[in-house]
Amino acid sequence: MERKIRVLVGKVGLDGHDRGAKVIASALRDAGFEVIYSGLHQTPEMVVEAALQEDVDVIGISLLSGAHMTLFPRIMELMKKNQMDDVLLLGGGTIPPEEAKQLETMGVGKIFGPGTDTREISEFIRSWTARRAVQA
Amino acid sequence: MSTEKNKFEQERERWERTTAAQYKDRPAKFMTTSSVPINELYGPEDIQHIDYFRDIGFPGEFPYTRGIHANMYRGRLWTMRQFAGFGTAADTNQRFKYLLEHGQTGLSTAFDLPTLMGRDSDDPLAEGEVGVCGVAISSLRDMEILFDGIPLDKVSTSMTINSPAAILLAFYICVAEKQGVPPAKLRGTTQNDILKEYIAQKEFIFPPEPSMKIVVDTIKYCAEHVPEWNTISISGYHIREAGSTAVQELAFTLADGFAYVEAAMAAGMKVDEFAPRLSFFFNSHLDFFEEIAKFRAARRIYARRMRDKYGAKDERSWKLRFHTQTAGCSLTGQQPFNNVVRTAFEALAGVLGGTQSLHTNSLDETWALPTEFAAKIALRTQQIIAHEIGVTNTVDPLAGSYFVEHLTTQMEQQAEEYFQKIDALGGVIPAIKQGFFQREIAAAARQYQHEIEKKERIIVGVNAYVEAEEKLDIPILKIDPKVEKEQIENLKRLRAERDNTKVRQTLDQLKTAAQEDRNLMPPLIECSRAYCTLGEMINVLKGVYGTWREEPVF
Repeated sequence: MERKIRVLVGKVGLDGHDRGAKVIASALRDAGFEVIYSGLHQTPEMVVEAALQEDVDVIGISLLSGAHMTLFPRIMELMKKNQMDDVLLLGGGTIPPEEAKQLETMGVGKIFGPGTDTREISEFIRSWTARRAVQA
Repeated sequence: MSTEKNKFEQERERWERTTAAQYKDRPAKFMTTSSVPINELYGPEDIQHIDYFRDIGFPGEFPYTRGIHANMYRGRLWTMRQFAGFGTAADTNQRFKYLLEHGQTGLSTAFDLPTLMGRDSDDPLAEGEVGVCGVAISSLRDMEILFDGIPLDKVSTSMTINSPAAILLAFYICVAEKQGVPPAKLRGTTQNDILKEYIAQKEFIFPPEPSMKIVVDTIKYCAEHVPEWNTISISGYHIREAGSTAVQELAFTLADGFAYVEAAMAAGMKVDEFAPRLSFFFNSHLDFFEEIAKFRAARRIYARRMRDKYGAKDERSWKLRFHTQTAGCSLTGQQPFNNVVRTAFEALAGVLGGTQSLHTNSLDETWALPTEFAAKIALRTQQIIAHEIGVTNTVDPLAGSYFVEHLTTQMEQQAEEYFQKIDALGGVIPAIKQGFFQREIAAAARQYQHEIEKKERIIVGVNAYVEAEEKLDIPILKIDPKVEKEQIENLKRLRAERDNTKVRQTLDQLKTAAQEDRNLMPPLIECSRAYCTLGEMINVLKGVYGTWREEPVF
């Protein structure tokens, strides 16, 4: 049987607004992914550690606290340190388009803004994984 | 009477067969935001079980379905209380003064996430979040700056703070003391609703039982020393933002309220000693009539329970007073100016529902905290409703509407069903521990998202009337990262300048009080006076009570 694509959905920082993270987690599970949800109040270290242990293909970070320009770079740094170049990092939340663009230039796969259709996210992950398989 | 009923039924059937049969519906689902189907038409048969005197009554009289005051907004408009807070205490102090100059009548403070979680600005977990979602307050010194030049005997201040509410209240009492204002003159509200934190907003620190004990401490202390203070604002707002339906918001919020009543009574207080100082905070979402019915039902349920179940004798204990905020989660990042319109309708529902105080969201809140410009339009929206469209000229103008009265009763019944479920689980705290609320809310949020993705629910600019290649053309407020640096330096200076012997002494006294299960308010006020920081006080209490982690469910 083919291995399911594994996704870690994480909430980083002190923010407790977990509606989006949970909606995404359940939508991805319904779309056939293996989903691990970190729960609340995680540090970047905790999320990256969990991603390593769970051997995930994708890390999706939900952030509504406004701390995205601090926390995403920290996560990317930790991913680099652990040689996780084959893991896709995604983000979602209240992240203004201009900063979303900056984060994408810095290496976040994509930032999904408010009002995103959850199918758009699963399609993005599938096509990314397919491309990665071709490259490998 | 029965022949009349038969006549209605007969006539209605005839109408359906003849007149209505000639018309076809649009291919749409007709339902509330809670996915409850809505009939094509409501009529006298839908309110035949409602008794005007028993269920509706006169405004200002039991069961207060039509409002808690006899003349409502003819007597006094609602308080226009815009939530504000960002950056340092000095930044927010300026915004407060700006809002007061533009006609706002009460202050409402938003704290940043570290403060909400009881952490100082220099806590490692606070990095990147200092002053971003609200104002950073780590000690009495910050609080002094926040209210500099604002006379605390003249304004009422609402503080959206929960886990560390007792500490922020202690800071406030100390600032007043420095201004020469006695605690008996302080008016305002601490949100102080810890139960909804476990249910929805998730900014909790301690396990539920000691948290409830601290809430009861504040109720007891205020009843004696700060009698005009609203000790808890029992909040459905965040329950709704987390994705609940209107009925869930109504039921869970009231269930929380009754849990506080029971806790304070169990601690030996008489219901009439504290109930007049309880207030509520609801969300106003997009479904206009459902929201109005929710507010009317809330008042009726509360009045009935407070009088009949808890034996309150004081009429003030029967009256549910509430603040309303329009639904942040209903706003879209796409075509943000549409949010002004959404907010106006939501605000109107709050007013028609009889709110005592209102916050209107700003058009840019899907992206960041509001700019001054966006905050002003939001305030102007309230002023237009108050003065230009005539809805404040008469009390509860929708009473007697077949639809509104039917919905009000239906919501009351659905809330009662939830109360029974919660009771069967052993009450609010056991239900929290079993993840009941969290699962119900997550399921409702998922359902709402499904409806949007299946286009059963149309959101303008998101799944219909989309503008391809839309560019966001509004200014967005950015918090300068130097706020964090400045705040950390201020804290360093404070720690160097204060009397650290006094700090250690008062923290020790706090610890002893917690261990001996005494009321924490007096030692917290002593700690505040000695300039202990928020994080220092919380850490002492963590040592006694432990911390809380939730089992993640999705």
